[in-house]
Amino acid sequence: MLTAKLLADRRGLIFLAILAAAAILVPALNLLTPEGSALHVPTYAMSLMGKYLTYAILALALDLVWGYCGILSLGHGAFFALGGYAMGMYLMRQIGPRGVYGNPVLPDFMVFLNWKELPWYWYGFDWFPFAALMVVAVPGLIAFIFGWFAFRSRVTGVYLSIITQALTYALLLAFFRNDMGFGGNNGLTDFKDILGFNIQSDATRAGLFALTALTLAAAYLIARSVVMSKAGKVLLAVRDAESRVRFLGYRADNYKLFVFTLSAMMAGIAGALYVPQIGIINPSEFAPGNSIEVVIWTAVGGRGTLVGPAIGAILVNFAKTTFTTGALAPYWLFALGGLFVLVTLFLPKGIVGTASDYLARRRAAGAKPEPVAAPTPDPAE
Amino acid sequence: MTSVVTPQEPAHLTSSLLYLDDVSVSFDGFRAINKLSLSIQPGEMRAIIGPNGAGKSTMMDIITGKTKPDTGDVLFEGTTDLTRLDEAAIAHLGIGRKFQKPTVFENQTVEDNIHLALKSDRTVLKNLFWGISADEQAKIDKILVTIRLAADRDRLAGDLSHGQKQWLEIGMLLAQDPKLLLVDEPAAGMTDAETIETAKLLKEIARDHSVIVVEHDMTFIRDLGVKVTVLHEGSVLAEGPLDVVSADERVIEVYLGR
Ligand SMILES: Nc1ncnc2c1ncn2[C@@H]1O[C@H](COP(=O)(O)OP(=O)(O)O)[C@@H](O)[C@H]1O
Ligand SMILES: [Mg+2]
Repeated sequence: MLTAKLLADRRGLIFLAILAAAAILVPALNLLTPEGSALHVPTYAMSLMGKYLTYAILALALDLVWGYCGILSLGHGAFFALGGYAMGMYLMRQIGPRGVYGNPVLPDFMVFLNWKELPWYWYGFDWFPFAALMVVAVPGLIAFIFGWFAFRSRVTGVYLSIITQALTYALLLAFFRNDMGFGGNNGLTDFKDILGFNIQSDATRAGLFALTALTLAAAYLIARSVVMSKAGKVLLAVRDAESRVRFLGYRADNYKLFVFTLSAMMAGIAGALYVPQIGIINPSEFAPGNSIEVVIWTAVGGRGTLVGPAIGAILVNFAKTTFTTGALAPYWLFALGGLFVLVTLFLPKGIVGTASDYLARRRAAGAKPEPVAAPTPDPAE
Repeated sequence: MTSVVTPQEPAHLTSSLLYLDDVSVSFDGFRAINKLSLSIQPGEMRAIIGPNGAGKSTMMDIITGKTKPDTGDVLFEGTTDLTRLDEAAIAHLGIGRKFQKPTVFENQTVEDNIHLALKSDRTVLKNLFWGISADEQAKIDKILVTIRLAADRDRLAGDLSHGQKQWLEIGMLLAQDPKLLLVDEPAAGMTDAETIETAKLLKEIARDHSVIVVEHDMTFIRDLGVKVTVLHEGSVLAEGPLDVVSADERVIEVYLGR
């Protein structure tokens, strides 16, 4: 039943196939071809693509709450950053005595602040399994507590969006403080290795890229199995007519809490994959604007389609890189804002939503429609 | 009717499926429900009529936990105090509701709408699985036939006609298998043929459920042929068979005199 339904998801299968191919090909073309070759993928390009893929995971996570449950979170960047910090703390502990000050336990910034011992909340982060657990547990717990209060007091719509912005802004201010013990303004950087592998080496970069592509595939499969379950239908129902769902006897708050927490955990994993490929995590990742950008990627790709937001994240960030490295750099934010306005006005279902509508119209009528996540009929799957 | 001070009648009280006593609620000083008392027996179908703004929908809001009354008792099955429960808990007790404005899940198929409503475990974890049991499928099929939508099962609910949406919502009510169905203006916006069909449908349903129907349409009420309660300015104006009630001078005044 499950496999049969997954196989019926053509769009998803193509997406997964592309990710699997990328996970193999890109590292192979980086490692196995000589530098001058036309087929060679330079390491910086591979890490850049790896970064886009972490953003794609983040957008997919946002789609789960926004596209399928109508919760417009403007704070998902915070969960991404928290996952990133958890990974960054692990990487800091791996530096050991190789820091500038040569302290075997304390990261350089703590020595610089004249701290004598490691704060308790840094304990355990030298052990990878613990750090990996924290990558999902910290964003998950914060999302759970936040959601518990917000959903139970029935905060919805714009008010909810605003308090998610407040959440990420509060974390931004907190992480800026030196006495918080997370490296203040500079954040965590100068990483040396991960699980014993040199973090700068091509092979490690290739491994991280492949892992990111596979994680995106796994995130897709998890999200897809949630939205295809009966609980997924309840989520859609909450999005479209929340009070009706309550009168049917479902605790809408619990469904929201579940999907919000799951989504925050996914965002945390995305952040954890981002940090070793970028080499730094600092408080700017909590900037409210970052979270808003995620919403734009999702809208551009097509909310409520899972694949769309991932594609949107990759395309918009590719455009951003191209834009901001050229003479047009100062105009990027205008371009991004303009893009959002245009998509909202002319492609309200985003790239993938619009494309699948078009395909559906061309296909013979009478096919059985699937429950649609996009606001109007979308029987394309 | 309302002026009578209700003496405590324990036997009567415990035998009622639903019992409202001296219920009042105000919105910004305006009394939408004013010392309303009402009791519904198990298995009964009751029609509630009354001019616009009489408080019919608000009464349903109170029963289903959407609105909390300022004063008064609302008891279900003689003992359960509904004023202390939220919407989901009241739905669990077995009270289902059809809204005045049809609210179905427009982006999902007719069949999925019924599936969502079907009486089952409502927790998140139990619903993370795919698929549907043969037993559930059989129930869904039966309901689709009852509500005359078997041929439309794969259509999106949003594509149905207004009347069909009303039926779908009644079907969702049936799927919940409640002890008491609250049906708010089921015939509103329907063609005459649809209205007659709806009355038939409700009579079918009333064979094994208790039902409260709110309606304006007098021919519809006549078709139902059940005891009628007339609501006016938030309280009961008259109660009895339609013929008796519609001969009541106060009722005539309320309906015609303004
Ligand atoms: N939530 C509310 N806030 C303010 N006024 C309300 C609210 N709900 C109902 N009312 C008022 O209460 C009165 C009764 O409304 P309602 O129960 O909808 O009447 P009916 O269903 O009998 O037509 C109306 O005057 C309406 O404006
Ligand atoms: Mg009404």
